[in-house]
Amino acid sequence: MVGGIAISHLGKRFKNPQGEDITALSDISLNIRPGSFVSLIGPSGCGKSTLLRIIAGLEHAEEGEITLDGAPIAGPGCDRGFMFQSHMLFKWMTIYDNVAFGLRARGLYREQAGRVDEMLGIVGLKGFEKHYPHQLSGGMCQRASLARALVGHPKVLLLDEPLGALDAFTRMNIQDEIARIWKEQSMTMVMVTHDVDEAIYMSDSIVVMTPRPGRIKQILDLSDLPRPHARSGDDFLRCRAKVLRILDYGGKIQKPEYAI
Amino acid sequence: MPHSYLKHAVLPLLVVLATLGIALWLPDSAEHPAAQHPYFVFTALGVLAAMLAFSIAGMSFPPLGEAFARKAPFYAGVLSLFCLYNILTAKTALLPVLYFPSPDNIFGVFFEDMPFLLKCLAYSLRLLVLGWIGGIIAGFLTGVAVGFNRHVRYWVLPWVRILGPIPATAWIPIVLVCFPSVVSASAFLIGLAVWFPTTVLTASGIANIEKAYFEAAATLGASKSYTIRKVGIPAAMPHMFLGLFNGTCASFLTLVTAEMLGAKYGIGWYINWQKEMMAYPNVYAGLMVMSLSCFALLTLLFRVRNKVLVWQKGVIQW
Repeated sequence: MVGGIAISHLGKRFKNPQGEDITALSDISLNIRPGSFVSLIGPSGCGKSTLLRIIAGLEHAEEGEITLDGAPIAGPGCDRGFMFQSHMLFKWMTIYDNVAFGLRARGLYREQAGRVDEMLGIVGLKGFEKHYPHQLSGGMCQRASLARALVGHPKVLLLDEPLGALDAFTRMNIQDEIARIWKEQSMTMVMVTHDVDEAIYMSDSIVVMTPRPGRIKQILDLSDLPRPHARSGDDFLRCRAKVLRILDYGGKIQKPEYAI
Repeated sequence: MPHSYLKHAVLPLLVVLATLGIALWLPDSAEHPAAQHPYFVFTALGVLAAMLAFSIAGMSFPPLGEAFARKAPFYAGVLSLFCLYNILTAKTALLPVLYFPSPDNIFGVFFEDMPFLLKCLAYSLRLLVLGWIGGIIAGFLTGVAVGFNRHVRYWVLPWVRILGPIPATAWIPIVLVCFPSVVSASAFLIGLAVWFPTTVLTASGIANIEKAYFEAAATLGASKSYTIRKVGIPAAMPHMFLGLFNGTCASFLTLVTAEMLGAKYGIGWYINWQKEMMAYPNVYAGLMVMSLSCFALLTLLFRVRNKVLVWQKGVIQW
């Protein structure tokens, strides 16, 4: 199986508007097994999105090493699909043309045109091929964006809080779909989120990060839990409490003075 | 209710009839030179015939009838303005006779001088199209190069900023020396007027594209040139059309001035020439031809834009 990412001692600095150096990521080491689903979670400013963008090759890290299946990552490439926070569909193209973009750009469209219809079917957008993005709802646009990212068979799919702007029900639907695609296509997925439930529901392992400087605080392995991680199961709730405790959002449990 | 649009046609028809009645039966003031024929009456009769034709055709083709019902009041309004003008000039001579000729005389120009007007229009269009196309191509290329290439931006953008804002017509003294013929000089001036807004808005359109679009293209494996063609340029299109619109308006302005450089024919030249001859009926007729042609060209531009930018919601209406 392909799609293993090895990150060792990665460091990234930014200049803030005042010209001061800000350490966005410090000494990040992480091994992402091929075919696993990893969530990066943490409060804003912890560098989770930056880490994801470095994996995508959209940002460059000054320190450390990062490889995909042993080869160093030097820039963006079609072996790593990327889903943005807002769908970023090309709004001058129809849904079909958006999904076909990657194949056309690489000159593969002629051989693999059927793949476009297949992807549209997988994300449930059959019949919307000729629509423009502004004619679809936010959830449908994210589905199209998912199809666009997957059409070229990437080894890894990187998800940068793609469901953050959707309503709760649409969100859960698309979570299920992504989980299903992950299982069927047996690919590696790395997702940035600030939603603890989403991270637990979907992941094999959760990387909890803390800000200033962005570091990995703890990595939770959920791979022995039976899948799917039912949202209402006991394991889910225990896990949730654990993640919140790591993030210091656990709160204090008050002992009741009397039982009802 | 079938043919309900017909009731919208009643008022416009009445206006046309009133205009005709006033033109025919109110005595003319003696101060206005008499036209050879009552051309304004001919025109009003033409409008009447057209309205009747549309009303009748509308009965068999409801969409046509509805379009007519929407537009008829407006055209009746225009006609009533002409009627008012007719009263102020031909009937009462309340406006200075020399500068405000009677509608009979103005519309007479169309009847008597049409071939010459059309010839002038053709010459103007040739000049306009030559300059316009050249200006658009140059503006598009400059804008795209400035927008996508760091080095071009560094070396060329300052020149665009310094030279662009100069009104094209201010270059006349230099252009006349540099170009072999009046036509090429005039076309160059029009091109210059179109080039500047097209360049600036193309470049700014590209500069304002959200970075994530390019990132999305990169993660999908698109090359730089593919990204420019399929992402950069389409994303900048709305701005480009704004530049084209500004440029087209500037080209009309420049056309009139450029035709003073010793053109043989041309609608701007015609207006100026007739003004010097104190032939104001011809001036007004020339203005009408000019206005209708510019209107037609802009409408064409907006049609093209609506076609190209179907993907945009809430486009500016023309």
